[in-house]
Amino acid sequence: MSKTLLSCRGVETFYGKIQALKGIDMDVPEGKIVTLIGSNGAGKSTLMMTISGAQRARKGSITFDGQDITKMPAHHIAHLGISQSPEGRRIFPRMTVLENLQMGATVSDPKYFDEDTKMVFEMFPILGKRSGQRGGTLSGGEQQMLAIGRALMARPRLLLLDEPSLGLAPIIVKQIFSVIRELNQRQGLTVFLVEQNAFHALKLAHQAYVMVNGNITISGTGKELLAKPEIRAAYLEGSH
Amino acid sequence: MAGPAKDTKITQEQVALTPAEMAKDLLVTFLLALAILGPLVGLRTTSGSGTLILEYRPLWAFGMVAAVVAVRLLSLLYGMGKMAAQGRAAPQTAALATAKAKTAIDWGKFLAPTLLVLAVALPFIAMLFPQMERRIVDLGILVLTYVMLGWGLNVVVGLAGLLDLGYVAFYAVGAYSYGLLATRYFPAWFGEGILPWAFFVTLPIAGILAALWGMILGFPVLRLRGDYLAIVTLAFGEIIRIVLINWMDFTGGPNGVSGIPRPSFFGLPFDDSPGGFAATFGLSPKPIQRIVFLYYVILVLALITNYVTMKLRKLPIGRAWEALREDEIACRSLGINTTNTKLTAFAIGAMFAGFAGSFFATRQGFISPESFNFLESATILAIVVLGGLGSQIGVVAAAVVIVGFFEVFREMNFLKAILPEGFDPVQLRMLAVGLAMVLIMRWKPRGLVTSRDPTVYLKEKKAVSADLVGEGHG
Repeated sequence: MSKTLLSCRGVETFYGKIQALKGIDMDVPEGKIVTLIGSNGAGKSTLMMTISGAQRARKGSITFDGQDITKMPAHHIAHLGISQSPEGRRIFPRMTVLENLQMGATVSDPKYFDEDTKMVFEMFPILGKRSGQRGGTLSGGEQQMLAIGRALMARPRLLLLDEPSLGLAPIIVKQIFSVIRELNQRQGLTVFLVEQNAFHALKLAHQAYVMVNGNITISGTGKELLAKPEIRAAYLEGSH
Repeated sequence: MAGPAKDTKITQEQVALTPAEMAKDLLVTFLLALAILGPLVGLRTTSGSGTLILEYRPLWAFGMVAAVVAVRLLSLLYGMGKMAAQGRAAPQTAALATAKAKTAIDWGKFLAPTLLVLAVALPFIAMLFPQMERRIVDLGILVLTYVMLGWGLNVVVGLAGLLDLGYVAFYAVGAYSYGLLATRYFPAWFGEGILPWAFFVTLPIAGILAALWGMILGFPVLRLRGDYLAIVTLAFGEIIRIVLINWMDFTGGPNGVSGIPRPSFFGLPFDDSPGGFAATFGLSPKPIQRIVFLYYVILVLALITNYVTMKLRKLPIGRAWEALREDEIACRSLGINTTNTKLTAFAIGAMFAGFAGSFFATRQGFISPESFNFLESATILAIVVLGGLGSQIGVVAAAVVIVGFFEVFREMNFLKAILPEGFDPVQLRMLAVGLAMVLIMRWKPRGLVTSRDPTVYLKEKKAVSADLVGEGHG
């Protein structure tokens, strides 16, 4: 069993009086792909934002590589090596593709910039072709690739991906998931993936959690969850 | 490539209005014109014996309404149809769009050096018109002051995307820093001998003080954005002005600060003394020499502002400003300290305003709170927005248009000959500036210059024109 890179213990997050997370326990082992599935409004993105520091946990603790990051400001967390492709992609629309990547490299050593840019362009050749184009002019799929590429420029130890398949054509979804798998297999990158597209996510995941109404209800390996009838009924019918 | 031609034909057919539609449009135009011009032109008050007398001018009103309707008719018949057809025309082919982008780049490449040469040569060009020399150089100084203020505000609004409606506060801080230090404190601390140098000594101090105030404003508004930020900065600008008015002991209140020392030519005063500028260089002393020197001082200050901004844009801090404008949440998750980023933007923008303020004080020799009212903030902001947020050359163009218009109308007495009796061009200038703004925003909604130079390139430099790549929202 590899060591745990990220662990959440009893994490509770509120929006004002509304409790979005009701005590989340979750572990992300180093070098694995962990996925969190659940329907709309289950609290998946809230958990993601709580980990990255955009939201504060009111109770519980989040530990990254043995360090407590529960109350750390977001930009400090980024410096520890947690990088995020956020919900809704949030690329910089008026900056070029290359500038977006440059912003992603804020926390990494400038000497890796050329090498990392090359790596991203090899992974997503279309971004290389569009390097001088404004981010806002890319298609949805290209923007998602850019968001992932930008997150990778930080040379992360943990990559957080929030719904990378949202609103994309099936062929693009396939391409993006194969890149995620490749990153994990070749570079040993740890990935925490939040998805509604349960079928693809579970196929990819070593470890999976299901979130319902701010609680983790089921956990297991990706294969185990794929085989469970209740998962199939709730999340997989007609989705592949 | 038979497609585009066909499409254009179709759109033109769609655009053509039926006579009924046209009549309806003209009726609306007539009513609108009547509603606006009727009271404005048709009624006129003249001061009679102790009271105002209302005078009716129906002929005037109807004449102007008729003119408006006629213009509308003409534009319906020719202009509008063409414009709408262009707007609805099929998307341009890729080749055409690239060609368009190319011309935009070339145009920009020559524009900046040309303007620079023109700016450096302006006092010499002005010499060719002896009666107008002083006026031309004065106008140049005024335009350059606004260019510098525009460039400074561009850091805050254009790059960092923080809408600041109280920018004039920092201009005031700079002006009062110089005014008070040079008239009150420097003579007491260092003796009168410092005064010829006071401007150059105070300049950095004024910049630092203004930057400090920029940060003081920055702290409370760190969590605000957009409209809310605008309101608070607006209030801040007013607070500074009201403090200046009411703090009689320190600022002189509404009387302002007078007798502010004029700048010297690096220690040589501009007068007819034996050690003065003219005597040293073997010239006959003339007042214009000081004006020309002031012109070059503001030119250098403005160029420094531009140079520093352009350099900063390519550094991590400048990139962080732009990213902050685009998406604050994404910035934080990428490891950018948004607090520092905002504070530096406020501080650097304010610092340039402080420099400009010092210059304003030394040029005027007198400052009072009334020079730093909201209209100034609004003018500077208008220059930045009209120029195209974030564009340096656009700020120059907009400053020339707005300030130039404003001042040129002051001088246009010959217009009196053309205009009917009772129309003073000076009174028309607000109207003209307003009209110019509306027209620019109609045809160039993103400002005069919309192309943005990327700060990093893969291999060769490629400017990205905004016309070519309007942001996609789907």
